[in-house]
Order: sequence, then C-alpha cells, then structure tokens
Amino acid sequence: MSAVIDKDVRQPERAPARKPGRWAAPPRPVWEEKPSTAGVAGKGLVLALACLAIVFPLWIVIVTSLSSRQTIDEAGGLVMIPKDITFVAYQELLSGGQVTRAAIISIVITLVGTMFSMTVSVLCAYGLSRSGSLGHRWILMILLATMFFSAGLIPTYLLVQSIGLTDTYLALILPSAISVFNILVLRGFFTGISQELIDSARIDGAGDFRILWQIVMPLSRAVLAVITLFYAVGYWSAWFNASLYLNDQEMMPLQNVMIQLVQKQEAPVGLGQAIKTGELSGLAVQMAVMVMALLPVAVLSPFVQKHFKKGMLTGAVKG
Amino acid sequence: MSHSTVPRSRAEADTTEKTPVASGGATGPRKKRPPTGKLSFGLRFRRDRVLLLMTLPAVLLVLLFNYVPILGNVVAFQEYDPYISDNGIVSILNSPWVGLENFQRIFEDSAFWNAVQNTLVLFFLQLVLYFPIPILLALLINSVVRPRVRAISQAILYLPHFFSWVLVIAVFQQLFGGAGILSQLLRENGYDGLNIMTNPDTFAFLITAQSVWKDAGWGIIVFLAALASVNHDLYEAAAMDGAGRWRRMWHVTLPALRPVIALLLVLRVGDALTVGFEQILLQRDYVGPGAAEVLDTFVWWNGVRNQDFSYAAAAGLVKGVISLGLVLAANKVAHLMGEQGVYKK
Repeated sequence: MSAVIDKDVRQPERAPARKPGRWAAPPRPVWEEKPSTAGVAGKGLVLALACLAIVFPLWIVIVTSLSSRQTIDEAGGLVMIPKDITFVAYQELLSGGQVTRAAIISIVITLVGTMFSMTVSVLCAYGLSRSGSLGHRWILMILLATMFFSAGLIPTYLLVQSIGLTDTYLALILPSAISVFNILVLRGFFTGISQELIDSARIDGAGDFRILWQIVMPLSRAVLAVITLFYAVGYWSAWFNASLYLNDQEMMPLQNVMIQLVQKQEAPVGLGQAIKTGELSGLAVQMAVMVMALLPVAVLSPFVQKHFKKGMLTGAVKG
Repeated sequence: MSHSTVPRSRAEADTTEKTPVASGGATGPRKKRPPTGKLSFGLRFRRDRVLLLMTLPAVLLVLLFNYVPILGNVVAFQEYDPYISDNGIVSILNSPWVGLENFQRIFEDSAFWNAVQNTLVLFFLQLVLYFPIPILLALLINSVVRPRVRAISQAILYLPHFFSWVLVIAVFQQLFGGAGILSQLLRENGYDGLNIMTNPDTFAFLITAQSVWKDAGWGIIVFLAALASVNHDLYEAAAMDGAGRWRRMWHVTLPALRPVIALLLVLRVGDALTVGFEQILLQRDYVGPGAAEVLDTFVWWNGVRNQDFSYAAAAGLVKGVISLGLVLAANKVAHLMGEQGVYKK
C-alpha cells in the first residue's frame, strides 16, 4: 500500500529551466518596464538595512560570547570586531552547574511537550476532518469559541494550583499544550486530502488510526513540520508559567535563568569565583547564555522556512 | 481494528469544502447539508466513535484549561482568602461574597485608569507605527525578483519571530542599555552614556520598536501569500492599458491585499487590550508601573504579587468582557464592509 501512496506524495519534478546563476534575476515579462538603477539601489539599500538591523545585534552577541576577557576589556564592553576566538565561556557554562541543568531541563521539556502537543493536536485535527462525522461541528464550536475569550490569568492560576500542578513540570506543559489555531491549520490540511484515497484505504481494511498514520500524515509532512516548529519554539521560549508555578530555583528552565543572568546581571551559580578572579568575563558568559537560547531556533527554522505559509491562516474554519 | 461499515458518503464529504480564512471575496449562501437523519444516532456513533475518541484528549484539555477557569471568575465577586485551604477550589467555596465591591474599588483606583491609559496608548502607537511595516516590507520583498536574494532576506527577517521575549529584550539591552553598544559609542566619543531601556518617557516607543524588530518580518508572510495569488494577467492587462509601475500597484496589488489587511485590522482591534504582556512584564521594573503598567500586568501585579486575587480577577474580568465585545464588534464592522472577518456571517 505504501508504494502506491509514495507515488502520490512525490512532487512532479520541476523541469530544470536552463540553469541561470543562482543570484541572477529571471527574465522579465516583455510588457514590464526595465527597472531604473536608482530604484534597484534604493530597494536593495532598504532591504539590506532591514536585514542588518536584525543581524548586527546578533553578531555582537555572538562575537562577544566568543571573545576573551582581554578583548572585552579592550573594547570597553561589547565586541564588534572579533580579535580572538575562545570557547571558555561555553566550557564553563556547560561543565555542569546552573546553566547546564537549565539547558537540559529546557531541552527535555521542549521535546516531551512538543511530542505531547503534536499527538493531541494531530489526533484532534484528524478526528474533526472527516465531514459528516457525528458531532464534529459541536466540537469545532467548542474549540473555536476559545479564540474569542480568555478565562483570565487569576482563575487559570487558581485552577492549576488547585489540581496540584504547582511545582511540577506538568504545569509548564499541560495548561498551554494545545493551540486551537494550530489544530485548525492541521484540520484544514487534513480535510483537503482526497476522500477517495481514504475510502479506498478503508475498503482495504484500514481503521482510522492507520489511515491517519499511513496516509494522512505522510501527505501532510510540510504542515506537520511547521506546526511542530511552532510548538517547539513555544516551549523553548516559555518562561512565564515557570515563574508562576515553580518555586524551586533548581527547577527553572533556560529562559528563566537567562532573566536572572542577563536582565538582573547576576553571575551564574558556581561561576562567580571564576569571574571575580578574572579568568572569565561576566559579559561573555551572559552573551554565551543568549547564544544558547537563540541557536536552536536559528538553526532549525530556516529548514522549515519554505513551508511557513502553510502554517498561516489557511485552516478551513467553518462553524 | 474494526473499521466502520457505514461509509461517510461522498456527498457529505463535499459539504465542508476548504475555505481559506484569509481569502476574501463573496461568501455565497452556505450549501445546505444533505440530510443525515437517515442514520440513527447509535449507528453514527458506532461509525464515528474512533474519530470522537481522537478528539477527546484535546477537548478535555480545552475544557479543563479554557472553560473550567471561566467559573473561577466568581472570585471577582468574593473576598477570596487564599489561606482558607491549600486548594483553590475549597477556598473559593468558603470565601465570603461581596457583590460588586471589587469592581467599585477598581473604578476608583487611579492605578487601574493609568493601566487603561497605557494600554490604549500602546495599542494606538503599535497600530500606527507597527501595522503598516509588514505591508511595506511585503511589497518590497515581492518586487525582488532574484530568488536567492528573496530567500535569504526572508530567512533573516523571519528569524526574530522565533526568539523568546527574554532574548529579544536582552538583545535590546545590549544595544540601548546603560552598558549597551550605543552608550559605548557615545562614551568613546566623549558624550554621556544613554540608557534608553530605563527611560519611562520613551518606553512606549521602545516597546513598539521591539515588536517591530521581533515580528514585523514574520508579519509579511500573510501578505506575500496574498500577493502570490494575484492573477498575473491583471498586471499585463494593466500595462497594456498604459498603467505604469505605481498605478499597477495602486489598482492591482493593493486591492488584492485589501481582504488580508481588513482581517488583520479586525484581529488587532479585537485584541486591542492585549499589548504584549510578557514583553512588558519583563521590563516593568526598568521603568516602573507609571509608564509600564498595562491591564494584563495590573492583573498580574495585584493577583500574583500582592495576592489580592479577587481584586485582580475583577480587573481581569473587566478586560475579558470588553475584549469579547471588541472582537464581536470588529467582526461586525468587517462584515458591514463586505469582508469576511474571523468568522462568517
């Protein structure tokens, strides 16, 4: 069966229309005016400035995190032009202690949480995607209505505390585990999958779980990748629930530790001595923590970039 | 695994056609669903029980964390005492009722009105300074024809959207803080250092700048999608009729963006009272509540920090009810304008 499906999945191979340089502009339609040099230059300048506004701060952060104490002292703080490269800040941070623990906690929460969120969301999206099924309109209404109101911070806080999630990692996963928006996007894709394909699998004896796993999900890889990224970034970036529901400082994820180190300018537990004695620059340590927080998303998101559009407002919303 | 013996018919399958929310256009009369009454409830339940089972975990989570807390808003009408019991529900059941006293207190509280004012100022500032930027950027990117340049600039512009607020604010601190790169440059050139991060007067602009840095790039995706769906024959026809570059943009491109702009405006207005809770909470201590307190942080401060749960819940309820009204009103306006809004008529 899977061989049959694979044939459908494969995109028709794009005809390699003569190989232009990868930077070259494709030919313009004949009716279009030739762009003026000034226009092109102006557009390029604006675009370059916009990109620079994003890249330049990140550059400073990364370079400073890789600089030695001497370079940082010479620069009088943040380093713009790298003089030497040293990984001493990362070595210190990752050799056990507060930041190492926080990073591990964040990674585990992100992995477990994303898996949980995706499982629940994909199941729900498929359960709602077969039209004519019993009650799917009602369930859809229940989900959609949550986009119009929010119960409020205090009642939610009291609930989470009442059901005993305080001081557990479940408090960081369960209350924000699903996003109705993401479910609607997934459902929009699943409803678009041809009914014949699903009917024929059913005739072959496949149940709903199997149809979902072997037909619907392989056909939806792009949107699944996007939604997985959305959920993972959500867990990785979250700090508020931890500050609300966790009291033990040892349990804090990376973002909360970053608040302490960078915003409140505290030295990481255990590294204060090394910084005081001058082996290590406190600034480099702060920047290294920031790099640790930005690296996973900066590395992963471009891979999914071309599918981002699919994660937007294409969900079939029909009450 | 037992599969259903009653297939869901093709005719039924056709009733829920894919309808992108973002696409505008005329919304014809909704197709009438074919009668499903032929099958008994029991038969349909047996046929669809696996599907229902699949939705169960999500429905339970939503009921527990989105619907049950609504009931918790009763604390707004109580003098909630968190020390009655470790369990919030027991405490709610045993706290005395005070009627509308909390709401009375709120409306007499100048701190609340300060928060309302800050919220509205930020909302309007973001609407004017933030909202147009993704549209302009999308038009710019859309006019770039070199695929490489396009892909790379998109990758860079999207990136900050995936950063946490903690990181974004830390980055801004390195740029504009007391020890930031701007102060560093000023000092090297003999001026005094400048700490924009702790200046209450420019706080609203700082918040807007951070929002632009983080999310303006991401905002272009929706517009790019709308631009990609424009029929290119329209451009050619317009060019044949002698329309230049700018007139084509005005008469072809912008009308294509209209439904998306309307939708996003509706969403933004409906969400007017929510202006970056995490972002502002993280910086509240830098500039103090006078400049930084918005409705959400007001609730947080009074509830979580001061443990005055009833008072905070009452403020949250006021915000929630007004927000609901705003969403519905914004949709109504969208419908009157002939646009689709968040839900259909």
